[in-house]
Amino acid sequence: MKINLKINGVWKEVEIDPSDYLLDVLRREGYLSVKKGCDTGTCGACTVLRDGYPILSCATLAATCDGHEITTAEGIADEMEDYAKMLAGEGAEQCGFCSPGLMVMLYALKKEIENGKVKKTKEDIRRYLIGNLCRCTGYAGQERAIFRYLGVE
Amino acid sequence: MREVKKSIPKKDSYGLIRGLPVYTDDLAPKDSLVMKVLRSPHAFARIKNIDTSEAEKMKGVHLVLTYKNVPRRVITRAGQGFPEPSPYDKFILDEYVRYVGDEVAAVVADNERIAEEALKKIKVEYEVLEPVLDFEKAEGHPSIIHPEKESFSQFNIGRDPKKNIAASYQMEIGDVDKLIKECEEDPDCVLVRERFYTQAQAHVMLEPHASYAYIDMAGRLVVVSSTQTPFHVRRQVAMVLDIPIKNVRVIKPRIGGGFGGKQALHGELLVSYAAWKLKKPVKLVYTRREVFEATYTRHPMRFDVTLGAKKDGTLKVIDFNVLSDTGAYGEHALTVLMVAGSKTLPLYNKVDGVRFRGKVVYTNHVPAGAYRGYGAIQGNFALESAMDILAEKLGMDPVELRLKNVIREGETSEIFKIMGEGREGVEMIIKSCKLEEAINRAAELAQWKKKRSKREKRESKARGIGFAVAMQGSGIANIDMGSAIIKLNDDGSFNLLVGATDLGTGSDTILAQIAAEAIGVSSDDIVVYSSDTDLTPFDTGAYASSTTYVSGNAVRLAGEKMRKLILKEGALKLGVSENEVEFDGRVIKTKEGSKSITLKELATILYYTENQKQLVADGSFVGPESPPPYAAAFAEVEVDTETGKVDVLKYTIVLDIGTPINPNLARIQAEGGVVQGIGMTLFEDVKYSKDGKLLTNNLMYYKVPSRLDVPELVVEFTESYEPTGPFGAKSVAEIGIDTPPAAIANAIYNAVGVRIKSLPITPEKVFFEMNK
Repeated sequence: MKINLKINGVWKEVEIDPSDYLLDVLRREGYLSVKKGCDTGTCGACTVLRDGYPILSCATLAATCDGHEITTAEGIADEMEDYAKMLAGEGAEQCGFCSPGLMVMLYALKKEIENGKVKKTKEDIRRYLIGNLCRCTGYAGQERAIFRYLGVE
Repeated sequence: MREVKKSIPKKDSYGLIRGLPVYTDDLAPKDSLVMKVLRSPHAFARIKNIDTSEAEKMKGVHLVLTYKNVPRRVITRAGQGFPEPSPYDKFILDEYVRYVGDEVAAVVADNERIAEEALKKIKVEYEVLEPVLDFEKAEGHPSIIHPEKESFSQFNIGRDPKKNIAASYQMEIGDVDKLIKECEEDPDCVLVRERFYTQAQAHVMLEPHASYAYIDMAGRLVVVSSTQTPFHVRRQVAMVLDIPIKNVRVIKPRIGGGFGGKQALHGELLVSYAAWKLKKPVKLVYTRREVFEATYTRHPMRFDVTLGAKKDGTLKVIDFNVLSDTGAYGEHALTVLMVAGSKTLPLYNKVDGVRFRGKVVYTNHVPAGAYRGYGAIQGNFALESAMDILAEKLGMDPVELRLKNVIREGETSEIFKIMGEGREGVEMIIKSCKLEEAINRAAELAQWKKKRSKREKRESKARGIGFAVAMQGSGIANIDMGSAIIKLNDDGSFNLLVGATDLGTGSDTILAQIAAEAIGVSSDDIVVYSSDTDLTPFDTGAYASSTTYVSGNAVRLAGEKMRKLILKEGALKLGVSENEVEFDGRVIKTKEGSKSITLKELATILYYTENQKQLVADGSFVGPESPPPYAAAFAEVEVDTETGKVDVLKYTIVLDIGTPINPNLARIQAEGGVVQGIGMTLFEDVKYSKDGKLLTNNLMYYKVPSRLDVPELVVEFTESYEPTGPFGAKSVAEIGIDTPPAAIANAIYNAVGVRIKSLPITPEKVFFEMNK
């Protein structure tokens, strides 16, 4: 079947199988920032935005995204340049495999904070980002960068 | 020091954070055929019949591999130096399957869907055998897991497959039985006898194992893999295909974490075999379930520990008797066992006698292999828990007990010479050891005295503080080798080529910093390329905390040579003798200052106009010893006395790693290690059903720490300088993980008076122990 996706601002007609997950479709289409870290929607490495809200692309059927807007790390990397530098400044990307998914989630969080939906406290930020697992850093270095980026003391 | 002891961002940070296609699966050719593996549903079985005809007939299926059509060549996948200290007890595919997840067959098809369909069409008839699932009953069990005639070891590792023993080891300094007896009879002596258990832990690197292979324009095999050991992969692949090493190239792109789990070969042999046979690109990307079921875990162990000490706290004797579970194959069996002693017992080097004995048994569990800490974390839990028990029996402050007995700079331990990894070690006088300083500083940061004496209790919460020290190593002495090539470019920049393998740790970056420091230039001018067996010089790989010390020293040597070459060519150009010039990182000038030329000008001239030549320098290094990094750590916990749940509130760790080449990256190594250690201490647990099926085969059932499980982390490095290390550096990769099990267990005891001696320390265990 064919579906239409607006990926990172560009409409595309994509041939899919009804059982395809969005993750596999995006990777097939060359959006390789979207990573497959688990098979169970647990690690957060496949996080993308659908119409501005974060979803796990490994647990979302591509067919349900027909006509929707999808944003991957490729689409926000320039806007998130300051954060990228802060994360790199801490050395906290480490292996990097979870970094794009975390950046997408942080992008969504920033909008939520701006809209007053999430409080700008360390605790609320941690809770929002809890689904993005990292095995290298122990999270502390990531959070030094994230709190600095969001201006949290 | 200008370029080292400096926190610069990782060289690869731009691409990693933006999500550029840099990992194995991102880079695989779009037309790669896809391999899928049929795995055993039984813990132990013999394949009576296997019928692949239906699968082979399917459109889009290119190849089906079983033990019947692959060469029967016995191997070890351990990914260690040659000759390996691990037994050769694995076949590419075998008629026996030895754990749930063991490879039965492999299908190569046009795509994943067809490959998965084809797997379902393979008919297998198994003769189900009685599995060995209790490692304490493995020795002498009627089921023999490795009955095959072909398996062997390269040298004596104490293997006895008829008894399900993969390896065994013993050593003794002094007469330990006599010393224990004397201690028993001496009213002035205190004895501690305890048994401890550590569990299997899963690595859970975020990127699953992945590899692909193809044939290049010269007809050679190219393997791209998320491996920690590209040169070992090259050697093993060549051996299995029975082709010369020169016909194999292995490339490691960026990899999404390893922690030891990618030291061994996992998909590489099958994709290589299939690509070589089909002459087409073939890729194999493990699912998360396969990573859990069919790669490695940490070796579970049982420790029987005896400590004897004088009432004044002088430690007299230590005895360790260990049983380790290597699972279905003996990879890293002997060496992980030995490290449980060799990287813990020298902490207390002033004893009259010390003994270390152990057996490693085969079971029908997921094979155990290398995992950060590599035996030391297991041994540390036993030793440092026992030390805490001893301190209490002596009525002594646990910190005072350690300060009285720990190893100090300028001292040695006989163990260094006796116990290496798989063979004898090397003598070593400790040239850098700031453990005493680390203990004192960490005690101050953690407010040990105050918190120890005043335990807080409110409602159902009790707080406590616990302490542990640890050591690790820096590479395997006389075995691990690293090398480097540095070449000057025509703009005055340099390429640094290293075989070393960056797993995400930032080793490419710190090696660039070491090169820059040695040449005397900025690390911005060093371009790094690593881990490609065609283009980079040999390196044993990223394991055993070796890269900074071993590969780093190789880079330092190459950098020093390059600096000399620059001075020589500069002097020649300026028409003076070499000892009349100096180089400040940018300009080569005569010491009196009358003549000068920039490096950039010199480089351009050297390559285009006069006296043309390529400046290139090399260096290689084998550690004559393995200087240990040290750590002192305090855990502050809060125990819920109604449920037994333990929260770590604060973890303070002070480490002696010599010079931190890049303090930020070193700190992240320490923090990441501590959090993995906390996971192992409190909840991470590889569990099986009664018939040997893995229950924890996904991230919902196997819990790793989330960001809410992380306590306040306080990390500091002591001022320390290891004279044999590159610019004073030792290792940092593993030392961070070693202390949490004992420090947290000791803190729980301090909080609620309950001593948990088996990991993980779940709420159930604490609850039942409290209500005994």
